[in-house]
Amino acid sequence: MPWFDFIPLNIVIGIILLWIALGVAGLIAPSNLQYVTRALLPLGAAAGVALAATAFAAMTQDAAVCVLPLGLPDLPFHLRIDALSAFFLALLGLASAGVSLFYAGYLRAGEDNSPGLTCLQYHLFLASMAAIFVADDGYLFMVAWESMALSSYFLVTSNHRDATTRSAGFLYLLIAHVGAIGILLCFGVLQAGSGDYTFATMRAVEPASAGWMTVAYLLALFGFGAKAGLLPLHAWLPEAHPAAPSPVSALMSGVMLKTAIYGLLRVTFDLLNTQIWWWGVLTLALGLVTALFGVLFAAVQTDMKRLLAYSSIENIGIVLIGIGLAITFRAFDMHALAALALVAALYHCLNHAFFKCLLFLVTGSVLHATNERSLGRLGGLIHSMPVVAWLALIGTLAIAGLPPLNGFVSEWLLLQAFLLTPGLPNSYLNMLVPVAAAALALTFALSGYVMVKFYGVIFLGQPREEKLKAAHDAGGFERLGLLWLAVGCVLLGVLPVPIILQLGTVTSQLLGASIGDSVVASGWLFITPIAPERASYSPLIFLVVIAAVVLLVFLLVRAVYHGRVRRGAAWDCGFPLQTSRMQDTAEGFGQPIKRIFEMFFRIERHEPTPFDSAPYYKSRTEDRLWYWLYLPVARLAERLSGWVGVLQRGRIHIYLIYSFATLILLLAFAR
Amino acid sequence: MIEAVLSQLFQTLLAVLLAPLMLGWINNCRAWLQNKSAPGLMQPYRTLRKLFHKDAVLAHNASSLFRVAPYLIFGCMVLAASIVPAIETNLPFAYAADAIALVGVFALARVFMALAAMDIGTAFGSLGARREMLVAFLAEPALLMVLFTPALISQSTSLNTMVATLGQREFALYPSLAYAAVAFVMVLLAENARIPIDNPATHLELTMIHEAMILEYSARHLALMEWAAAMKLMIYCTVGIALFAPWGIAAAGDWQLLPAATIALVAKLLLAGGGLAVLETVSAKMRIFRAPEFLGMAFLLGVLGMLTHFLLER
Amino acid sequence: MNLPLSAQLINLMAALLLLIAFAMLSQRRILSLIYLFAWQGAVLSANTLIVAWSTGQPHLYYSALITLALKVIVLPWLLHRLIVRLDIERDVETMINIPITMLIGIALVIFAFNLALPIAQWAQTITRSTLGIAIASVLLSFLMMITRRKAVPQVIGFLAMENGLFFAATSTTYGMPMVVELGIALDVLVGTFIFGIFFFQIRETFDSLDISNLEKLKED
Repeated sequence: MPWFDFIPLNIVIGIILLWIALGVAGLIAPSNLQYVTRALLPLGAAAGVALAATAFAAMTQDAAVCVLPLGLPDLPFHLRIDALSAFFLALLGLASAGVSLFYAGYLRAGEDNSPGLTCLQYHLFLASMAAIFVADDGYLFMVAWESMALSSYFLVTSNHRDATTRSAGFLYLLIAHVGAIGILLCFGVLQAGSGDYTFATMRAVEPASAGWMTVAYLLALFGFGAKAGLLPLHAWLPEAHPAAPSPVSALMSGVMLKTAIYGLLRVTFDLLNTQIWWWGVLTLALGLVTALFGVLFAAVQTDMKRLLAYSSIENIGIVLIGIGLAITFRAFDMHALAALALVAALYHCLNHAFFKCLLFLVTGSVLHATNERSLGRLGGLIHSMPVVAWLALIGTLAIAGLPPLNGFVSEWLLLQAFLLTPGLPNSYLNMLVPVAAAALALTFALSGYVMVKFYGVIFLGQPREEKLKAAHDAGGFERLGLLWLAVGCVLLGVLPVPIILQLGTVTSQLLGASIGDSVVASGWLFITPIAPERASYSPLIFLVVIAAVVLLVFLLVRAVYHGRVRRGAAWDCGFPLQTSRMQDTAEGFGQPIKRIFEMFFRIERHEPTPFDSAPYYKSRTEDRLWYWLYLPVARLAERLSGWVGVLQRGRIHIYLIYSFATLILLLAFAR
Repeated sequence: MIEAVLSQLFQTLLAVLLAPLMLGWINNCRAWLQNKSAPGLMQPYRTLRKLFHKDAVLAHNASSLFRVAPYLIFGCMVLAASIVPAIETNLPFAYAADAIALVGVFALARVFMALAAMDIGTAFGSLGARREMLVAFLAEPALLMVLFTPALISQSTSLNTMVATLGQREFALYPSLAYAAVAFVMVLLAENARIPIDNPATHLELTMIHEAMILEYSARHLALMEWAAAMKLMIYCTVGIALFAPWGIAAAGDWQLLPAATIALVAKLLLAGGGLAVLETVSAKMRIFRAPEFLGMAFLLGVLGMLTHFLLER
Repeated sequence: MNLPLSAQLINLMAALLLLIAFAMLSQRRILSLIYLFAWQGAVLSANTLIVAWSTGQPHLYYSALITLALKVIVLPWLLHRLIVRLDIERDVETMINIPITMLIGIALVIFAFNLALPIAQWAQTITRSTLGIAIASVLLSFLMMITRRKAVPQVIGFLAMENGLFFAATSTTYGMPMVVELGIALDVLVGTFIFGIFFFQIRETFDSLDISNLEKLKED
């Protein structure tokens, strides 16, 4: 067709429009559940797959730009697709396909929102995220950013009759806007007085001095960090993610946090032409603190969705560690190592999208089957929900960073980036690298702890409530969505080399270097980021060997001995009375962490004395930063508004006097 | 190529088949040191045979995860045994997994053991799982730090290259390796459930970690778990020998030296087992909440090793 | 690594010294502190001996002998006798927070290593790379003095600090003039005697060796 080239950028614009259309179509018959779940949502999923395919094709091509006649009179919408945008578009497409399919089976009638309204908000959310990735000027970027924040706010407060949900939504919107101010100011600094807010201009123009570049970077870190859940702007994450419906939490954790990472990468490596080394050290330190904070708090949670939310904070911290390392290496002109660190960070983004979406969707299935969110009332669900349980196992092993799944690949790459450094010029930095690697290893080990708790308490053991035995397994669409994401986890773990090669195009664009050649030095089977003798890993061989040994041992034992099985009561050291209350609770599992890392939590404890007539135990674990930072700021804001509120007298005469005074002042000064 | 595959097979089978013998040797040394009569070197083999013959008794609510876990754990240990260069540094499988992946394999086995322990839903199982993860979350980074020191010295994380660099170059004392060696011994004691972290011979609930996790297993499942535990100990000893006392390991392709290398390995393992027995006899088991301090010390020693490398050996 | 054997041995001794300094930081029992102090003295005299043998400076042999006699035999014996008479031989001290102390220790080590790098470049001895370790062990012993609550471990920390300074001297300038060394040795010996006398006095006055009791002496 002459007026429409099938170039990737046009296809992406088409898919964005399709999503908006699907959303509006939901309003046609808002309470018709069948229409929304059987027609609109699967179409949205298919659009996601198409988006991913287009994006993969676009990654190897050159950047394409286009200008749409929408927007402000002197600033129309500029759009651009390049390797970085394409990667994140692919992430969005793949993850959202799985989530949309799951949502098709998950959406029920009788919730607070009508299905059609939910469909509109959901597809607008997807469309705005895609628009962020292709935005090439400040205005479109902020429009898309705001619509993403608003549509996700409405999705988060879907159960708007619940007071905690409403306050969680409010906190979320508040911090999102605080971050948006940071991003706006950052764009303002980046355009360096040229008056033109397109990214092309920002690329060409340099801010006046290194000081202004630092200001731009710090504003970007603040603004995008607020959206990503970086410490100390993380307080909204553990509130908003549990309050939202599970598929929405999945998308927020899996994809929305990555828009912030995209923004940070875009500003740091694309719009700012040089990087200063201490930005990288700052980002690395912030990432480390965020990661440790996230995983420690996840270990003491008793609500399964809050646990996953804190785990998201941890994973974003890990991504920032990779980005910080890349900035540091780039600033010292060690481009190959910067490429390695960036590849590790981007791979971790992709991994996190898959396994976090999978786990949040699993919690959705569990919630629908049991109506319980608290870990203290779950247990033994592997018997009544086997499909969900086994797919959840894949997600758990992936997020714990165990080989041969995908979490281990990004972990491995990041540790390699730390280790194989020939030495940074600054000797303090050189010695801090082992300490940072040690803290990173500690984070990985702790996340294994947290995930064993998560899986073990929910799916294994005995059911802690009677009604759990009647839980039903997930339906058809739900299974499809979960399966899509689980297969993604396995494939990303077992066949990493093609993905790393694709990521090479992104690093080539941003850093001018790529590890693509060395990665395939030993063929597609092995990852060798630098050289085969220095480090090499083949997950496929790993998996094949273990599977072969398992099969061999199983058959050998059956052949030489026998395979007889008898069932009986559990041994339990001969203890005759066992109830489900005797197994470990979620609090119990987290107790060692609480005790060892006591100084990081704010724990309120009440223990009974021998003289209590009504003894009880109470323990509350909270976030110290809430009391140190957020509450004082809130009180300050209240006090300031109190002072300003003095102006609001409520009497018309006073307001008329204000207008009169302003008029006189203007006449006096604007002669 | 053929000799590489053969030596790989030989090394793996050696580790798998000799692991119970190593366990028997350690138990014997311990008995001699404590003035008891020893159970005999072949006792673990006899126990395994007895267990394989029995009928497996599973709890009513044991799931398929519980039944699959012993095979998976055994498979992980076999893979780990095949990537550690104990006799020769030309292992084809070492290209599939390096030092970090070795730690990952151990983590995979450990997670499955903990999940299987939580499966039945008794108090002991979940207690053992919780304690095991507590010990693990400090021991795993400590082990990584210990492995990073030779990695920094040999500029590679592949175990083949590490052993080749440390063993086949001229003899030199590396102080950072001294730190790493001390930390490694501490991690070995923790990860293999030896005194002072855990008592492998206990059946008192308050003092169990590893035993609590395999409490519900019987017959062939229990045999596989016990065998896997013995293999883990053997692999740890082999890794320690390969990194800190690598003299005698044949270079890649030097298959005439294989018999001598095997004899050297056996001698070193005998010494290691004896040393382990002595350590176990002179120490007492620690309170469970002293274990994080113990492991924290190991972790910090590992970090110190890396720092000393940067200072003294650059 | 192509350093001569003597340099490698000296590096090994330095590493052992740092290891013992860290071990002292986390020890709870006073008796093990004294044993660790004795080991530190042994490592120190072994190091001096190696330097003496490899550089052929005779006065270092005497220095090593004095170190051996004083720090491995006399001082530990004195301290042991002291704690036996103070009846605190089996005491176990509650520590403030071992992991945090260890982390501060690591930070001090990084700081000391970086401090020593430029100095090490223009020293002429074969042991110049060990200056960082010497400074680190001084700082660690200082930290040990700060984090202790009882009197005797503080004194041991002070003595360990002197060990570190001695090691620093050996590593940059092949030891100090003989007169200085004898003087320091005498000072340390006399100092320990005086500490012993004071401890009895403190115990008489407060009935315990907890240093926080000394705060009661200030005027309000």
